[in-house]
Amino acid sequence: MTTITADAPTTVRVNRGHAVGDALTMAWRNLLNLVRNPQLLVFATIQPVIFVLMFRYVFGGAIQGSLPAGQTYVNFLMPGIFVQTIVFGSLTTGVGLADDLSKGLIDRFRSLPMARSAVLVGRTLADLVRNFFVVILMCVVGFIVGWTIGTDVWGLLGCIAIIVAFSYSLSWVFAIVGLSVKDAETAQAVSFPLLAPLVFASSAFVPVATMPSWLQGWAENQPVSVVVNAARALTIGGPAAHDVTLALIWIVGIVAVCAPIAVARYRRAV
Amino acid sequence: MSSPVAAPAIVADELVKCFGDVEAVKGVSFEVPEGKVLGLLGPNGAGKTTAVRMLTTLLKPDGGTARVLGVDVSRDPQRVRGSIGLAGQYAAVDENLTGRENLALVGKLTHLPSAEITARADELLEQFALSDAADRVSRTYSGGMRRRLDLAAALVHRPPVLFLDEPTTGLDPQGRNELWSVIGALVSGGTTVLLTTQYLEEADLLADNIVVIDHGTVIAEGSATQLKQRLGATVVEITMRDDDSTARAVDLLAPVGSTSRDGKLVCVHVPGGAGARSMLDAVRLLDGEHLDPATMVLREPTLDDVFLELTGHATTDDGKGADE
Repeated sequence: MTTITADAPTTVRVNRGHAVGDALTMAWRNLLNLVRNPQLLVFATIQPVIFVLMFRYVFGGAIQGSLPAGQTYVNFLMPGIFVQTIVFGSLTTGVGLADDLSKGLIDRFRSLPMARSAVLVGRTLADLVRNFFVVILMCVVGFIVGWTIGTDVWGLLGCIAIIVAFSYSLSWVFAIVGLSVKDAETAQAVSFPLLAPLVFASSAFVPVATMPSWLQGWAENQPVSVVVNAARALTIGGPAAHDVTLALIWIVGIVAVCAPIAVARYRRAV
Repeated sequence: MSSPVAAPAIVADELVKCFGDVEAVKGVSFEVPEGKVLGLLGPNGAGKTTAVRMLTTLLKPDGGTARVLGVDVSRDPQRVRGSIGLAGQYAAVDENLTGRENLALVGKLTHLPSAEITARADELLEQFALSDAADRVSRTYSGGMRRRLDLAAALVHRPPVLFLDEPTTGLDPQGRNELWSVIGALVSGGTTVLLTTQYLEEADLLADNIVVIDHGTVIAEGSATQLKQRLGATVVEITMRDDDSTARAVDLLAPVGSTSRDGKLVCVHVPGGAGARSMLDAVRLLDGEHLDPATMVLREPTLDDVFLELTGHATTDDGKGADE
């Protein structure tokens, strides 16, 4: 080991207004983590692929009968699968934050003269990129099992955009969860029971009309269904403006409510 | 070097922190002059980490003030963050990033120019003997290497004030020695350091001044030498063969130092620096009475001895810890 040269303490560097640069730095760090652990991405896509195959070929025949005439189940299913995939995918935001917290990394970041929002914005941005790739991959799987676009390429791009935007809003929900629990395992365990009723009591896999009436009110209006309906309208065809507007309101609303709560939690996180 | 009238680099003034009903830090005050090292010594749960977290802007004090280089930690935390480095109990490195990337991350987040980041990372990797492992992900590092990387990360932006929270806890003796030599070199470079530790040896080796803290309050303060003079420099430990001879030995050795008994173990706390002399005295006294001890050991006081002396209780963690 060489001797340590005397580091003359330099002038104190005070920095404010680095919010964008710091967030991008954190996003870079989180994406590097993703690239170094490609197996996580692989596992994250295996489950939705199994869902596609199972619903398409096992349950599809039974559900087909309850669909409006002329609609195929695979076209009904794929937007639902996309949303299910990114809902569970956005859980990684919380798991990753809880992991950073338990390993002391959040303490390090909080002791640096960086923007207070950067850890969370960087994390959610990286997860947005991750979810985007997963959705693209799922599109390919969909085309292989016979998914067809009833609208046009703009409809498809709109569908992808709205799904990825929804995943971004959910990342903020799980950021709050991640900053409120003590480790990654707990974040995972806490999140699943919250997600199951959102994902399964929705229009993602079956038409809401087949559910008991007491459940329909919830299933028709909760955000997962609203986003699935918008994605369907954009890929199958028919009037989309109403569903898309509702979905955008949910997305913006969730971010507007959850992002400030998450940042406040981050400031206080111990 | 600092001039004699220079303001202290770190000031804790009647700091208070409560967690619910538990008062973790109950009015702690100390100062660290520029370029000096203060050792904050205490058992688990004494409030050391809580004090450091307040000084490093991670926790808001419930009372009192904390200042770093004259800046109030509560009023302008962002400015304080620009002048401090923190290396904690956990090696806070991203294990999926290489050593070099970890340093670059901190460099970017402290807004150094990118050319300087590259040069600074190389320099630190060299100084901390991590050059060979620079481009390996830090997950593959040994515990000692991770701590060194953690410490290097705390130094990227050349902070004039450094906080080290139990830097060697959990390290093997070799890792501990390596880290001590690194810290020693840093200190000689003029950095002001606040070091928390559970090890008297560590405080003794690295610190100019030691503050002993227990149950959230300062119970002693001084240089290592001063504390040792006050607390008994050495301990003569004698194990006797039966209860009768143990009782006789306790009486017999009273003139040598303050004696205490635990079963067949007799401890003689010897004040001043007269350890070896006292050992000889003890041997003569015991031999004169034809007492035949099973073992006789002369040892340096441990933190346990210091605490026993100061508080009348040992350092056992009572579980009401506020350090996490």
